Amino acid sequence: MKAFEYAAPRTEAEILQVMSAEPGATEVLAGGTDLVGLMKKMLVTPDRVVNIMDVPTLKTIDELPDGSISIGAAVTLDLILDHPYLDVYPAVKQAIRGINSMQLQCQGTLGGEICQRPRCWFYRNGLGLLGTQADQGANQYHAILGNAGPAKFVNSSRIAPALIALDAQVRVIGPGEEDEAWLPVSEFFRTPRHDGQREHVLQPQQVVTHVILPPIAGRTCATYEVRDSEGPDYPLAAASVALRFDGFGIIHEAKVVMGQVAPTPWNSQEAARLLIGHAVDSQRAEQAGLAAVRMASPLSENQYKVQLAKVAVKRAVLLAAGQDPGGF
Amino acid sequence: MPEEYSWPSREASAVIGKVHDRLDGVVKSTGAAKYTYDVNLKNQLIAVAYGSPYAHCKIKSLDVSGAEKTPGVVHVEVLPQGKKDTEIEWEGELLAVVAAESEAAAREGVSKIKITVEELDVFADESNLTAAEVAGRTGKGGGKAETVNEPGDDDDEDEFVEKELQRLFDESKYVLEGEYGIDAITHCCLEPHGATVQWKDGKLEAYLSTQNVSGTDEGFARDLELTADDVHVQCEYIGGGFGSKFAPDYWGIAAARISKATGRPVKLMLQRDQELKLGGSRPSGYIKVRLGADENGVVQVWDSLQWGSSGFRGGGVSHSVIPYVLVPPNYRRVSTTIKSNTANARAWRAPNHPQACAMSQTALDDLAAKMGADSYDVFLANLVNATNGKAEVYRAEMEVGAKLIDWKAKWHPHGKGPSRGAIVDGLGMGLHTWGGTANTSSCLLKIYPDGGVESFCGTQDLGTGTRTVCAQVLAETLGLEVGQVKVNIGSSRYPNSGASGGSTTVGAVCESHRRAGQDAVAKVFDLAARELGVDASVLEAVGGQIRDSANHQKRISWRKACSLIGLKPLEVTSNYRRGDESPLTDSGVGGVQMAHVEVDKETGVIKIKKFVAVQDQGLVINPKTCKSQIYGAVIMGIAAALYEQRVTDPQSGKFVNAELSDYKLARLGDVGEIVVELYEPDSERIRGVIGNGEPPAISPKAAIANAVANALGVRVPTIPMTPKRVLDALAKA
Ligand SMILES: Cc1cc2nc3c(=O)[nH]c(=O)nc-3n(C[C@H](O)[C@H](O)[C@H](O)COP(=O)(O)OP(=O)(O)OC[C@H]3O[C@@H](n4cnc5c(N)ncnc54)[C@H](O)[C@@H]3O)c2cc1C
Repeated sequence: MKAFEYAAPRTEAEILQVMSAEPGATEVLAGGTDLVGLMKKMLVTPDRVVNIMDVPTLKTIDELPDGSISIGAAVTLDLILDHPYLDVYPAVKQAIRGINSMQLQCQGTLGGEICQRPRCWFYRNGLGLLGTQADQGANQYHAILGNAGPAKFVNSSRIAPALIALDAQVRVIGPGEEDEAWLPVSEFFRTPRHDGQREHVLQPQQVVTHVILPPIAGRTCATYEVRDSEGPDYPLAAASVALRFDGFGIIHEAKVVMGQVAPTPWNSQEAARLLIGHAVDSQRAEQAGLAAVRMASPLSENQYKVQLAKVAVKRAVLLAAGQDPGGF
Repeated sequence: MPEEYSWPSREASAVIGKVHDRLDGVVKSTGAAKYTYDVNLKNQLIAVAYGSPYAHCKIKSLDVSGAEKTPGVVHVEVLPQGKKDTEIEWEGELLAVVAAESEAAAREGVSKIKITVEELDVFADESNLTAAEVAGRTGKGGGKAETVNEPGDDDDEDEFVEKELQRLFDESKYVLEGEYGIDAITHCCLEPHGATVQWKDGKLEAYLSTQNVSGTDEGFARDLELTADDVHVQCEYIGGGFGSKFAPDYWGIAAARISKATGRPVKLMLQRDQELKLGGSRPSGYIKVRLGADENGVVQVWDSLQWGSSGFRGGGVSHSVIPYVLVPPNYRRVSTTIKSNTANARAWRAPNHPQACAMSQTALDDLAAKMGADSYDVFLANLVNATNGKAEVYRAEMEVGAKLIDWKAKWHPHGKGPSRGAIVDGLGMGLHTWGGTANTSSCLLKIYPDGGVESFCGTQDLGTGTRTVCAQVLAETLGLEVGQVKVNIGSSRYPNSGASGGSTTVGAVCESHRRAGQDAVAKVFDLAARELGVDASVLEAVGGQIRDSANHQKRISWRKACSLIGLKPLEVTSNYRRGDESPLTDSGVGGVQMAHVEVDKETGVIKIKKFVAVQDQGLVINPKTCKSQIYGAVIMGIAAALYEQRVTDPQSGKFVNAELSDYKLARLGDVGEIVVELYEPDSERIRGVIGNGEPPAISPKAAIANAVANALGVRVPTIPMTPKRVLDALAKA
């Protein structure tokens, strides 16, 4: 680990004062479950670490006047899991439950979860995030969609697909002290094209302060993850689905977002289109799954993930419709 | 001296065969126990090693000047293999060590080391025989052929065997061909390899994470040009070894050298990725099998070609245990070794057996599938081929196991069970054998005039309960309670005791402690006999008393008897030498394991529902620690069956999942219900103590693979059975 300065701001304004405009010079420290490991391996070498855990405004879960739920970026995952406001968003809770580690849930934060760096083992072994080694090499956990460019990794966030399916927004502050922006989580992630880019759109002096979930307003939602074990391992493929039914069981609105399949969470409009105007049965769900992976371009070792992504979508749709997913 | 060493009968045993909590359970679970990793000496330096980023290269230069200039770095040593022109044969091979005031500074120093190399060709695809041949990485691994009919004097032996096997295949009612495999895994010790060392007056004190307390002083001494008496090795607790921690290792020696050079204590534990890369791995094994069986499914002929690797020196799984345990009268087995750019393998819990079991008892199960028969019946029929004389024991253990897993009610033909959505279930079994002979061991027993009892033995407790077993044996022998005996182990200053490898420890310490106990109590009997006016031969030590076995009124308390010893404690040292005939221990255990699994056919995810392990190990000293050992082995076996895999990038040879977050192990939620049954009828108990440290880790892979095949009706040929492999197998079928 490289020696670093440590800053512990108490307000949002103070956060921005201690953040540097130079890329990589400062890193936000939330729960630290990802960052500290990266620093120990010298994959991330900030000059200054900015601990945001002492900023009170980042640590609350509030209901806004319009019924939206605002969750501070420094709220730990266990609190989200236990919070009654969030009972109506099972897709979020299912994703957090999937992490399957009390330690990570109690220490990890929502902001950290969506900003965590990719688990790509080439990256974690110091071989860089972008590049060709994943093309032919050990790419069994890599991307099957959106992988035409140099990015072959998958976005690691488990919660982001649910947030996108539910039309959540993030509140971002900086770079200027007065700057504040709200953007849909669906626009938060990007696929980096060169080494200078991050996996999200934040600039060096920007920080996520809140995630805002709009009122559930009659939608149903679910997350289904294909997990090969009960440990704190990442899913092999996942999907979050939000559906709005009319009074006759017909889907009016649908969002289908896959996780662990592409360098960003993958919003499948093809799958959503197939659902709209129909009732849910396992055939329809299967078709949505098929549509979601129609454009898949698997690498040498991850053809199987196409099947897994398809099944994840199918089962998430069935779960969101209150039906038996038909598997583990 | 007692006439003969012996164990008390089941009925007469007060402590032996009874459940006893581990003596170190509380200190371990509260964190008070100090493992090597926890040893921090005053003023110590932390050393971190730099490993080769290339799997195969020739070093052109290694520049450590950046490390030397890093603030906090005190000493940098380039290791012999870090020198110019050395050929490096696997990724992670340590090239230099940086010692610093803190771990952070040492790591930062390591990050400043610069290497230039000439890259050489990399081969790491051990499962791919053709590719290995093309790359010129194969070698002859030996083999053996055995036929009932013998060649005539004029026959060419190879030709004869070829023809004879063909004839036998032609005669067979069933012929099965299959391919099976099991990837390399690592030992993955939670406490990595390493040591904290310091010099005092020219002598070395080493706190070493080791399975070999009594034997590593020589290792340090040899490499540091000392004599073994100048080295003191200590290891009170160890966080996993599994066969990989028998030596100081070159990094331990480097720590000692740096300590000498700097005059300060040095702590060097491998970093996590280094532990996985260098700390030890188990050879991979792949096989092509053809077998022929009669109408009852009894295999008459076996023909196999296997390949695999133990790293850069070739190796692989020994052909000598193929096919495993159930060996037909006619067979040919041939093996090819592969040199791959991976670190050299180390002994892994029952070396060769787990792979052999997984590579051959899977074929037996496929035979059952082909016959449309119940796998249980086919295993049963093949017990006639058991080569270890344990057919009857296996038969009995199979019966016990079948009851516990409810085999009859749950069985369905392969691939023909009911499904619940995408979920199907299946049953499978495997069986195994192991030696477990007692190792050499000495015990110094001190009995104090006030009744205190203390033992000293240079053995080690790998977490298996050795300490507790020592205390139980002494308590039984002296008629005391376990808490009245103080057991000292884990120091090379204590009497020599063998390394804990080969399941030899429980036998070893039972020999030395029972002997020392019987020798010492005989002396106490002599003193007590005079006091009681009886012949010493009628005395027994029971319940804290020495008494006449025929007339219990004639007795004195243990304390009183000890007061007759005089002013100085009574000291007895008793030995056992490995291989000596003894009524206390034996060799040769067996076990039968059965798995009930569920498989999601759409995702390829496998879940263990229930796992039954029936195991014999002669006389059981402590059923609790004995069962724990089996639970642990089964969990390890489940991990290897479903998750564990050293993933080596085929292009670069990099071990890409060398982190606990990526190197998948089974967690508690993954292991299902595990039922352990100790098989200990009188016929077993009378054999004495036999080690069971390794054997229960052998069968899980075969049992689970067979259960998956039963569920799916399709064989997933290579272990671990990841969702990818399950789906690939289903797609192929
Ligand atoms: C063994 C292990 C297993 C894991 N398993 C899982 C898993 O199964 N699923 C899963 O989702 N995660 C898993 N994690 C990853 C991760 O630890 C969690 O996702 C966690 O929620 C991250 O939160 P944190 O607060 O600890 O983040 P940190 O480590 O503090 O931060 C993570 C990253 O996000 C940045 N960051 C944090 N907060 C903000 C913010 N408000 N604005 C901008 N940037 C920010 C940091 O600078 C850093 O780059 C695992 C981690 C480990 C070590």
